[in-house]
Amino acid sequence: MTGQPIQSPDDAQFEPSAAERRVVVANQWQLIWWKFRKHRLAMLAGLVTLFLYAVALLAEFFAPYSSGTYSAAHTHMPPPQIHLFQHADAGPRFYPHVKGFKVQVDPDSYKRTYVVDETVAYPIGLFVRGEEYELWGLFTLDLHLIGAAEYGDPVYLLGTDRLGRDVLSRTIYGTRVSMSVGLVGVGLSLLLGVILGGISGYYGGLIDNLIQRAIEILRSLPTIPLWMGLSAAIPLTWPPVRVYFAITVLLSLIGWTALAREVRGRFLSLKTEDFVIAARLDGVRELQIILRHMAPSMTSHIIASVTLAIPGMILAETALSFLGIGLRPPVVSWGVLLQEAQNVRSIATAPWLLFPGIAVVTAVLAMNFLGDGLRDAADPYQA
Amino acid sequence: MIWYIARRIVYLIPTLLIVSMIAFLVIQLPPGDFLASLISKAEETIDQAQVDALRERYGLDEPIYVQYWKWISGIVTRGDFGDSFEWNRPVSDLIWERLGLTMVISLFTLAFVWIVSIPIGIYSAVKKYTIGDYVVTVIGFIGLAIPNFLLALVLMYIAFRYFGQSVGGLFSPDYIDAPWSLDRVLDLLSHLWLPVIILGTAGTAALIRVMRANLLDELSKLYVDAARARGLSELKLLFKYPVRVALNPLVSALAWVFPALVSGSAITSIVLNLQTTGPLLYRSLQAQDMYLAGSLILLVSVLTIIGTLVSDILLAWLDPRIQLQ
Amino acid sequence: MPDDNDTLLDVRDLKTHFFTDEGVVKAVDGVNLSLKRGQTLCVVGESGCGKSVTARSILRIVPAPGRIVSGEISFRGRHGDRIDLARMNPRGRDIRNIRGREISMIFQEPMSSLSPVHTIGSQLMEAILLHLPVSKGEARKRAVSLLDLVGIPRASEQLDAYSFELSGGMRQRAMIAIALACEPQLLIADEPTTALDVTTQANILDLIRELQEDSGMSVLFITHDLSVVAEIADEVVVMYLGRDVESGDVDTIFHNPKHPYTRALLQSIPRYDSLAGERLYSLKGTVPHPFSRPAGCPFHPRCDDVIAGQCNTNDPQRYSISAGHSVRCLLYAAEENRSVVDTPA
Repeated sequence: MTGQPIQSPDDAQFEPSAAERRVVVANQWQLIWWKFRKHRLAMLAGLVTLFLYAVALLAEFFAPYSSGTYSAAHTHMPPPQIHLFQHADAGPRFYPHVKGFKVQVDPDSYKRTYVVDETVAYPIGLFVRGEEYELWGLFTLDLHLIGAAEYGDPVYLLGTDRLGRDVLSRTIYGTRVSMSVGLVGVGLSLLLGVILGGISGYYGGLIDNLIQRAIEILRSLPTIPLWMGLSAAIPLTWPPVRVYFAITVLLSLIGWTALAREVRGRFLSLKTEDFVIAARLDGVRELQIILRHMAPSMTSHIIASVTLAIPGMILAETALSFLGIGLRPPVVSWGVLLQEAQNVRSIATAPWLLFPGIAVVTAVLAMNFLGDGLRDAADPYQA
Repeated sequence: MIWYIARRIVYLIPTLLIVSMIAFLVIQLPPGDFLASLISKAEETIDQAQVDALRERYGLDEPIYVQYWKWISGIVTRGDFGDSFEWNRPVSDLIWERLGLTMVISLFTLAFVWIVSIPIGIYSAVKKYTIGDYVVTVIGFIGLAIPNFLLALVLMYIAFRYFGQSVGGLFSPDYIDAPWSLDRVLDLLSHLWLPVIILGTAGTAALIRVMRANLLDELSKLYVDAARARGLSELKLLFKYPVRVALNPLVSALAWVFPALVSGSAITSIVLNLQTTGPLLYRSLQAQDMYLAGSLILLVSVLTIIGTLVSDILLAWLDPRIQLQ
Repeated sequence: MPDDNDTLLDVRDLKTHFFTDEGVVKAVDGVNLSLKRGQTLCVVGESGCGKSVTARSILRIVPAPGRIVSGEISFRGRHGDRIDLARMNPRGRDIRNIRGREISMIFQEPMSSLSPVHTIGSQLMEAILLHLPVSKGEARKRAVSLLDLVGIPRASEQLDAYSFELSGGMRQRAMIAIALACEPQLLIADEPTTALDVTTQANILDLIRELQEDSGMSVLFITHDLSVVAEIADEVVVMYLGRDVESGDVDTIFHNPKHPYTRALLQSIPRYDSLAGERLYSLKGTVPHPFSRPAGCPFHPRCDDVIAGQCNTNDPQRYSISAGHSVRCLLYAAEENRSVVDTPA
């Protein structure tokens, strides 16, 4: 699509309009972008996804506290209501704050409950000074996106868990692990999927048959029991980083099949395309054909499939960690956080512990919509 | 057709072989042999003769393939899955009822998924780009995005908070250990709805999308116009041709919906405390009771493989083109 | 003419537009044609000129988002009553009683116009049972004789065959059998031979002609292939960009074409007596994009005889050259005694 259309002089009146010409000379990626842009929901989902990855990268800045900060005096504290205005004598004035809590102990059951203490107001704000942290091990900062305006005030916007740790901060830190497990896992799956799917689709015959059988077998297995069995074998003594990689390897070992199928399908249909046959007849080497001629028209589809594969990984990691056989504390992932909410009793006392679940649903929804939009846009030459 | 079924069954053999190897691998994975951990856990000393007998039975001093052979041949010829060390009983005593209940839940869920998703999928495709279609699509996406166990937790919380009842389990307390009777079956049925809805949500959402996409493809096919040009009414036309053709990929979707259901039921069962294989597997893994865990993984896998086989045969029967390939 | 008893179908100024998100596509924008009993009318034109949409408009099976915006499709029913198909509810019972009973249609691709999961017999018997008061057994018998009629060997066996078990030619024969199931008065054939190889094409054309002779039905034949037109047409309508540009009987169109477009089409057929090395005439330019219809005569940008200042502004009407021969071209407007054929309302 890069060459100008050949025109004879008397074709002058068929000169394409400016808009048409723009379409004619645009490259594949521009066309994909234009098509994608029309898909509003996918655009929104793309922004949400970008935001989540930004949060993952800059968790220290987004979170009011560090993931381990705890306050023994504020365990299982409910999320406070946020007030934007304070009623003063001169009328309401803009003063974002939360009310404090008092602890009341039930004389019969000795159950502790929090009651709003109208007399105490803690101001909150954006870009506040708080705990010091090292960003990426490079800079030492104490700036936080949101939090108590005065360092030290007990402001926990989404409540605290059973050790008095800030649920919001921990969910933000969890973004880092949960979102990256998806990426790393899909990266490994992609490697396996592209290599095996490519071989399968390109060479066909016996190899194809074998790989297809293997994929069928893997797909007919119940993945979660299998994951449970395999991840239970990860020794408890392993350091968190190694457990993290072991889990992602496990996830991708079973998760590569869908990608491999996609790649194989593309290869099979591209193999018979005229431009590939033409390249082969011109004596272009196999590797050249794959890299120069076939890969570019597959990339967009692969990106779409990858986007659609990440949510599955996120869900799998969440499920395993939730059961306590995936990632383990002190690693903070959404699944690990949801472990706190494993039974009805703990949810009944502190329903806000389910908040990381909302993060999971948001991330999965966003990436599904994004992937869907990308898949629609992946073939810009199709109507 | 018979040849087709025969061929599919022959294909099954390598699959089963590989599955059994994976299950055996799970048994072997934990470090050290299990006898050592058994001895260390035992409260009273186990006498040497007993240890030697176990060693002999599982072939622990022999190479790994001999161990595998002893294990698998015991299962195939005698139905002997080994012993559960935690329960101190043969594995086969523990699993069959739970496997049966897993099967019951999965089949009920499957029926639920189909009954709900097909009409909604048809509606969504026929009324493409209407408000109803958008609502269905968005709900479908959300259904796909909520992990089963989270849905289970939320529903349990709602039931607890607003209806004041605890909804876990598959049986009322009176019936948990009761022998099978009509009352127990009815009691089971009255508890089934919650797990079925929870397990079915993701599958329903997925199948609605599959059904919608397939039907949209079929609706624009020429044979639909041809039938319309014959004078068939719109409704009859819809159900006799495009819906009928669009159902075929849905049957083949069984091949992945069923494993997903069995798989998803593992976690949901743990949360809802259902007497299926999931919680047993979970407990056995935590206790490193590996013969029980391996057997469960093996049997659950075999179950899904058989499910896949059934869906393939069903598809071949529904779609005459398949047998030809 | 509409009152002429011999005229089975009379289409007047038919307009079928597609209302897409990007804009309105005027696929058919003023088509006139008329077909007499027992005759064959060929509609010719390049791909995208609106031939198929015209055919589908008659049966009211235009796919969404298309719909008939104006015009008249006057059809003489079995009992001599005249009905305007354009006014019927496309999902209603009235039009369904016409479809398959009075007017049948066969399509371009026999491979996809039969259901992949139903037998030939099931679709054939469906057509019979829909319109004729017969039992299932009688319908089956009739189905076998129909398959026999269209030249499918071992008819009673093939009744239970699936479409993928038949060759392309056999599938089209089966489609014809379905179309003829209730002895319709009109058969619409939408490029029925385009997807077939040359020998099969000839067989199918022969079959249609034979069946027409036996039953006396009329045929509306849509094609882009002028050699097919020469073989089977009584009357011809040439279409360009959703308009009829010239219509007349087959001899007039082939030997005395008036419209520059018709002439160009005829010049682009290779002839056996042409000189070796002689270049075949080819029409300049391409069919414009449906959103950018040229003003004036839609053909003027590609026309060799374009009259500057006229053709690009004035929309030509249908000018009568002789009885039954009309042409939409300003070249013939100036000549005296040219009467305008039925000015569109």
